[in-house]
Amino acid sequence: MHGRPRKAPKPEDEAASAAKAEKLRLLQSQFLSNHNNKIYTKEAVDLSATLLEINPESYTAWNYRKLAVEHHLSLLESDPDSVNSLLNEELRVVENALRQNIKSYGAWHHRKWVLSKGNTSIDHELRLLDKFQRVDSRNFHAWNYRRFLAALMNRSDQDELKYTEDMINTNFSNYSAWHNRSVLLSNLLKKKAEGFLSKEDILSEEYQFVHQAIFTDPDDQSGWFYHLWLLEQTVKDASPLLVSSWPAHGSAVNQLGDWCLDSSASSPITSFYSGLGAFPLVLYFNQAVEGVNSSTVTVESALDKNKDLIWKPLSANNSHTSQLWFTHLHFPDKKIQSLEALPVEVSLGHSQGIISSSGMHYTHPSRFSFTVRTQPVETDFAGAHQEEIISWKDEYFHIYETHSQELSLAVSFDQLHFRNGHESTTSDWRAPDWRAQVIDEEIECFRELLRSDGLKDCKIGKLTLARLLTANDKMVFPCSNKLNHSEVLELYSELMTLDPSHYHYYKDEHSLVLLQQVISNTDSMLRHSFHFRGLTSLTIGSPTCLRLNNLSLSRIGSFEKLLWVQMLDLSHNELRSIEGLEAMQVLSCLNLSKNKLSSFTALEPLRRMESLRVLDISYNEIGTHSVDTTKYLCSSPLSHSVEIEWNHDEIVTVWEAFYLLKGLNLTQLDIVGNAIADEKFKLFLVKFLPALKWLDGKHLL
Amino acid sequence: MGELAAERHVKYILSVEKKKDSFESVVMEHLRLNGAYWGLTTLDILGKLDTVDSDEVISWVMQCQHESGGFAGNIGHDPHILYTLSAVQVLALFNKLNILDFDKVSNYITGLQNEDGSFSGDMWGEVDTRFSYIAICCLSILHRLDMINVEKAVNYIVSCKNLDGGFGCTPGGESHAGQIFCCVGALAITGSLHHIDKDRLGWWLCERQVKSGGLNGRPEKLPDVCYSWWVLSSLIIIDRVHWINKEKLIKYILDCQDLENGGISDRPDDAVDVYHTYFGIAGLSLLEYPELKAIDPAFALPVDIVNRIFFNR
Repeated sequence: MHGRPRKAPKPEDEAASAAKAEKLRLLQSQFLSNHNNKIYTKEAVDLSATLLEINPESYTAWNYRKLAVEHHLSLLESDPDSVNSLLNEELRVVENALRQNIKSYGAWHHRKWVLSKGNTSIDHELRLLDKFQRVDSRNFHAWNYRRFLAALMNRSDQDELKYTEDMINTNFSNYSAWHNRSVLLSNLLKKKAEGFLSKEDILSEEYQFVHQAIFTDPDDQSGWFYHLWLLEQTVKDASPLLVSSWPAHGSAVNQLGDWCLDSSASSPITSFYSGLGAFPLVLYFNQAVEGVNSSTVTVESALDKNKDLIWKPLSANNSHTSQLWFTHLHFPDKKIQSLEALPVEVSLGHSQGIISSSGMHYTHPSRFSFTVRTQPVETDFAGAHQEEIISWKDEYFHIYETHSQELSLAVSFDQLHFRNGHESTTSDWRAPDWRAQVIDEEIECFRELLRSDGLKDCKIGKLTLARLLTANDKMVFPCSNKLNHSEVLELYSELMTLDPSHYHYYKDEHSLVLLQQVISNTDSMLRHSFHFRGLTSLTIGSPTCLRLNNLSLSRIGSFEKLLWVQMLDLSHNELRSIEGLEAMQVLSCLNLSKNKLSSFTALEPLRRMESLRVLDISYNEIGTHSVDTTKYLCSSPLSHSVEIEWNHDEIVTVWEAFYLLKGLNLTQLDIVGNAIADEKFKLFLVKFLPALKWLDGKHLL
Repeated sequence: MGELAAERHVKYILSVEKKKDSFESVVMEHLRLNGAYWGLTTLDILGKLDTVDSDEVISWVMQCQHESGGFAGNIGHDPHILYTLSAVQVLALFNKLNILDFDKVSNYITGLQNEDGSFSGDMWGEVDTRFSYIAICCLSILHRLDMINVEKAVNYIVSCKNLDGGFGCTPGGESHAGQIFCCVGALAITGSLHHIDKDRLGWWLCERQVKSGGLNGRPEKLPDVCYSWWVLSSLIIIDRVHWINKEKLIKYILDCQDLENGGISDRPDDAVDVYHTYFGIAGLSLLEYPELKAIDPAFALPVDIVNRIFFNR
């Protein structure tokens, strides 16, 4: 029972309770008998009122009263006074029930139902509601009813906004009022109501308003979420933008034959192997969009094959919107000698059709171009390479030494900053000045808060400052190199100590910023880029591997800068999820060993990575946990996103493994060190994955 | 930290059934089918479902069915979607779904979908995202999800999304952890979780944990054991459950046990009831407490039963 103290009942209380129970039982059975026999006499209807006063939750009694009202209305049609008194009696019963239990769903709904019959004084309703809201200012039924009444009487959003202001001024700690304020403001901003201030002015007023709440009592959560919402409203890019692509603008792609990563090419981010005469073209937007197709994106190349390309969203489930879209470009296969570089030009935004999920059109015409050259490869080499095992031991990775190599890498990393490729050189796609100014002011304001007496360790102060600094970085990048990563990392580290219950929330945020820091500039990117030289001399060249191992990362992001990566080492981190990794469409070798991945469903992004051949998921926690936290984030029969006939007796985990792995074309898999990976499971893998050549370092024949 | 008094809780649940004469049980009589679901699921998580006479329960459940196909909370009451889901879940627990007329139950639920995609609770038209979850969960268990307009149902739920990433009863309604479970669960079952900003919602949900370790259902409210279910299941579905401190929450739930007479209450030293006993034990199951059956966070049924429904037709 909510909020009732636990105590052994005294004998006299028990007797009283039994007597009360007996009375109520009698009422209920009389009522049910009336209801089931459709008896609507005054006496019967009054009995239901008595029952509802004691037990407002008795939903069947409310239903009965509605039937009784309809019955009597059909008899009374022409007499407005009787109709009024009939409906007023219903309102009285509801009011009594609400005094007994203000949280009764049935009572509130009955009131709405009575109002739908008309003849009621709305002013009276508002006055009554005010009384209830004074008693319990957080009651969500009352707030819902308020929105219902406001709509019914066409009360203006401005008037209701004033009401939330009064409620908040009475007590800052009224999350319900802040919530309603956000709903009303969203409406007004959407409608751009006449005589209403500009977005810029509204936001700065709202920031002032929420400061009062946060600064008065920083531990009170009421203003926290409102501030975050304001921040989002401030930085939100109105229309969608292309932020990066693969191939990158200005790059020269060398398409190689079967299974070999190239060394002779000048740059790690542009050479690419493919045995199919095709390779992916990837577009990465700043928000999810729909409508990417051959009429909204023009691809011009010397080859007819690339007309009418089919674009696919790279998103989970059955969504038609995605931040990431890809298609396959077709080029002459390896048998054709074509040493000439073929130019490809991609343009979008010249016609309408690409739309964000909030309905904004892509309005910044952009164009990027790259060249493609196909290099034939001796099939002997390629065949031999396929059989070779890829080892992730440190001794096979070499840092870049020579000056020329470093330079070429640096040049190619710079190409990742896609914004240079936009046609428009005006600043219209960049954040307008007022936004930057608002963020600056907020940053100053929260620094001030943290300088105040006793607020040095204020949690929401630090967290908000970290978010503001991150928002600021996002706004100025890549136009400024003065980014705040170090300060933000410091703030999250402090928060981990300050608020250990939410340690992993801060840890995840910390990881995302750390990764941004690593890949935001060429110097640090170079420090994490290595030559890979395989086991045998048969290896063709030495591909570049991005090594982000041993960074204590619990989460990864910034994929828009990693579209070029073909070999990635994420081992020895604390990853629980690889959400978003599917953006890396040219990745062929991935090391996830020694992380905290706990199920096959956590690996679902891999299903959409067609180039992946080598996977190391050894020493994770697959099979250890009874709760699967990614079960519903991936396609499965439970989410109705895939049809399956699974007639095997094996446990469901095996189904998940099967579903994940069968779609991949792996030649090498390491899975040792997971609870699931017993001998029986390995036999299952060998049976279901015919392309597999290496399993846990053993060559399969 | 105390331990789970499993045996006492089993005893408590079985005793509630017998105490029909107390005022509390008469007041709750109209939702006895909900109570049956809470009690029986708790017993199953504790591995003790076989202590009840399943034939007796099933025969009573079937007497609650109305000619419309919907179930009432008890014999003689009106049908409502709330109790229809409980009936289906109870039958699923006993592996007795086959005695249902699937089309009849599904027609009842399908008939409650409105033009805007929302669902009414019964013929009287109360609309609430709780009913959207129930309709979707129920039809999914009956393999009849294609009978409703799923796209519209999803769009309606999405229209109830708020500034904090959470969801309310109707568009504009304030976020509430119970309501969030319903909306997140419905989106999970329909493969539509991409509509959720997982980080935004995850932060709001993880901030429900208060100093004592317990969870509240809205900002600046008191903790309550029932949110161990509503908040935890939502956090699990969106893969953000590591953002709270699980040990502290386990301790809070265990502190709410009545060690003498069994049962779990909303807060330490309050009176126990079946509802909080279920949510406490289901919460512990979601926290991987030893020797409890795993429970599915979206269907609110033990995982082995959900697997039976979806993998062994």
